[in-house]
Amino acid sequence: MRELSLHILDLVENALTAGADRIAVRVEESTAADRLSIGVRDNGRGMPEEKIRHLEDPFVTTRKTRRVGLGLSLLAAAAKRCDGDLAVTTQPGRGTSVRADFRRSHIDLAPMGDIAATIGVVLSANPDVDFTYTHRVDEQHLTLNTRELNSELEGRALSDPTVLHHLTVAIRRSLKNLTSGTTNRSSPREGKYDKTDL
Amino acid sequence: MTKLTYEDLERIRDKAGKSIALRLGGADTFITVHMGTCGIAAGAREVMKALLEAVSVSGRDGIQVTAGGCMGKCATEPNVSVTIAGSQPVVYQQMNAEKMQKVFQAHVLEGRVQAEFVLS
Repeated sequence: MRELSLHILDLVENALTAGADRIAVRVEESTAADRLSIGVRDNGRGMPEEKIRHLEDPFVTTRKTRRVGLGLSLLAAAAKRCDGDLAVTTQPGRGTSVRADFRRSHIDLAPMGDIAATIGVVLSANPDVDFTYTHRVDEQHLTLNTRELNSELEGRALSDPTVLHHLTVAIRRSLKNLTSGTTNRSSPREGKYDKTDL
Repeated sequence: MTKLTYEDLERIRDKAGKSIALRLGGADTFITVHMGTCGIAAGAREVMKALLEAVSVSGRDGIQVTAGGCMGKCATEPNVSVTIAGSQPVVYQQMNAEKMQKVFQAHVLEGRVQAEFVLS
């Protein structure tokens, strides 16, 4: 995947396929620790133990296990490439939690990309899902909670394209505020040059 | 701390206006963007974005946009299925934002299936 936000979209689609109606996405970036982590937690049907053991191997999975096949193995490879790892915990019937961890300054780390587009796309197709997004960069953080949004917008309005358009614009603006003043991960090349400033 | 404030929400609500309730009545057109890992890697998100914008700009009622899973045709992703009530579903292959806009305009709004992009 060219962007971390595409991995996030993929993880959220996994959660939705697992029947989740509560999904929490959490991105944490720390300049001091030089780490970036992505977590997606859902209340879907979870996975049986034997699938967990194989989920980083794309060749073990078949169409039947497609849900945990390609996507997680790609993410695991991306994390390992960047001095990180992938951790999955699951409880059948209770939900799954996926956490990918990266070295933030690693040259192979894909840019975050258009996270607002990822969120917009998720909300558009799943207005009834209770979705939270938290993005922390050092001391600053951004939160978005669809339950709050829904109560403010009255009913199913979140799936309305016009609402979504304005919502994604608002998210982009908030994220820009969040990341300004810290090492910019929006482009790997910029990140590389930023290191000389330290 | 940066947070989406209630002022943001109010602005969004005002801009989106009163059309919301009207638009979500009985849908007669169903558009599915297939967003498995294969679709996402091939650019389905940008296709979905373009589609949502086109729907928003058109102001048309009765269009339901959904995200589907992998349909097993990973090599032709991004795939988009268009089903208009009363006609056969049409699957488009190797879509991008530009093709999506064209399909939306010609097929969804004007009823002309765009054969050149159809999965065969």
